[in-house]
Amino acid sequence: MNKPGFLKSLSWGGDLTLRSLSFFYVGLLIILPIAAITLEALRGGLGSLWRNILTPQAIYAIKLTFLTAFFMVVLNVITGTATAWVLVRYRFPLKNLMNALIDLPFAIPTVVTGIMLVALYGPKSILGGFLNKQGIEVVFDKPGIILALMYVSFPFVVRAVQPVLQEMDLDMEEAAKTLGASSFTIFRRIVVPTIIPAILTGAALSFSRAIGEFGSIAIISGNIPFKTQVASVYIYGELESYNQQGALGLSVALLFCSFLILVFLNRLQVWSRKHEQIQ
Amino acid sequence: MNRSNEMVKVIRQQRRLGKNILVAAVVIWFFFMILMPVFGIIREAFREGLDVFIAALTAPESIHSFVLTLWITMATVVINTVFGIILAITLVKQRFRGKLFVEGIVDLPFAVSPVVAGFMFILLFGPRGWLGSWFEAGGIKIVYALPGMLIATLFVTLPFVAREIIPVLKEFGLQQEESAYVLGASKWQTFWKVTLPSVKWGLAYGITLTIARSIGEFGAVLVVSGSIINKTQTATLHIHQQFTDYNYVGAFSAAIILAVASFIILTTMQRIYRQKGVD
Repeated sequence: MNKPGFLKSLSWGGDLTLRSLSFFYVGLLIILPIAAITLEALRGGLGSLWRNILTPQAIYAIKLTFLTAFFMVVLNVITGTATAWVLVRYRFPLKNLMNALIDLPFAIPTVVTGIMLVALYGPKSILGGFLNKQGIEVVFDKPGIILALMYVSFPFVVRAVQPVLQEMDLDMEEAAKTLGASSFTIFRRIVVPTIIPAILTGAALSFSRAIGEFGSIAIISGNIPFKTQVASVYIYGELESYNQQGALGLSVALLFCSFLILVFLNRLQVWSRKHEQIQ
Repeated sequence: MNRSNEMVKVIRQQRRLGKNILVAAVVIWFFFMILMPVFGIIREAFREGLDVFIAALTAPESIHSFVLTLWITMATVVINTVFGIILAITLVKQRFRGKLFVEGIVDLPFAVSPVVAGFMFILLFGPRGWLGSWFEAGGIKIVYALPGMLIATLFVTLPFVAREIIPVLKEFGLQQEESAYVLGASKWQTFWKVTLPSVKWGLAYGITLTIARSIGEFGAVLVVSGSIINKTQTATLHIHQQFTDYNYVGAFSAAIILAVASFIILTTMQRIYRQKGVD
């Protein structure tokens, strides 16, 4: 990449203006805000930060956040992989329409998602009324939270797995089939190892989205402490009651988890590139 | 011979049955989980008739909220497109200390919870914040006012444009730009006539994603805006307000407008995505 001097100047290489503008943009919008919240949280010392995180209500909120997110990820990995599989391998009526509608949850605002789920599963609707009689509460209870999380992050696994399945060679599967392997064995021994990095990527993205999700849950959960209050809604509640100190603990905890997931996704990318080369 | 033929037939039939069951399961799941809520909300919004639906939409605070969303979205698109292009060019064409760090944190806004994002900007730009106190002295209000809402929206949509054009710029390389330069084109001419056309579809896709997210953003804007009716209430905040006031028709009808907008954006997105693949 050694360029003669005059070409280097063209390739924006020496352009200090561009670099300064980029630093200004990223600095003002990402670095400064994160520095502000981290320093603010640490100002009272680590002890007071821990006391903020360790109130019973906050502990319950963070436990609920992780449990519902985990439950959703398991469901979305199964249904998302099945959906990607069906879309890539089989032909059926209205397949193109379904493929186009997979991204719908990303396009719909999360508040609207929450409202839609209340309209469908609320106690006054047909489906909600029926479920209520069976003793299942969806709205203002935990199933509603999981439903909302599933909705907003449904496309992640599908869209991660789909391209990998599309590019997969059928040779190995056919060889295994001729040698007498059952469909299940082929899936377990050949397909799963190929798509596992993609599944993990989709799962991590879903999980990251789920622990931060606010709009749809604020609507559907009813925000009842010790029952349906998740971390993001807890933080909002503290801010509403002008208790910034109380909000700091969980905010920093969530921020830390976001960092970890980003690092994990980064490692995963490196690993899956190696994985591809081996295959 | 005959027997083995029959066995092949049986195995084929079993395979086909398995396929049909899987396709049916996926389609039914998708219909109930993703599409049913959309139908549910349409039914609820028109439950009390078209007049009530229209009256709810044309209420002054409703119109005000939609206009505000439109303004914020337009400003966001302009700022994030200009700075997104600058950032992408800097990251692809320049080498500098801390480049990997900047590249890594560009994705952070996707991972941070919207509520935490809003909180960060209150700490930074609030009346007692690092930069906020400085602006306050100059008589400029940022938090609980329009500038803060714009900044929050800029944050949550920051990665879209840059992330879409970085790979295209990398693949495109320097050759054509260099040729243009050697043939006597100025830096600006090279940018407008060579660089920009090469990334146009990626850019269009990034802008569509930015629009969709700006219209739908809720948590971050809710926290920084204070949600003041007829003043700092965007469409999503208006829906939330109507819902918490038990004015369901108002919430459902505004939600339908946003859902229709999302659908239009989704189809545009897919058209652009196909173009991106063709070029």
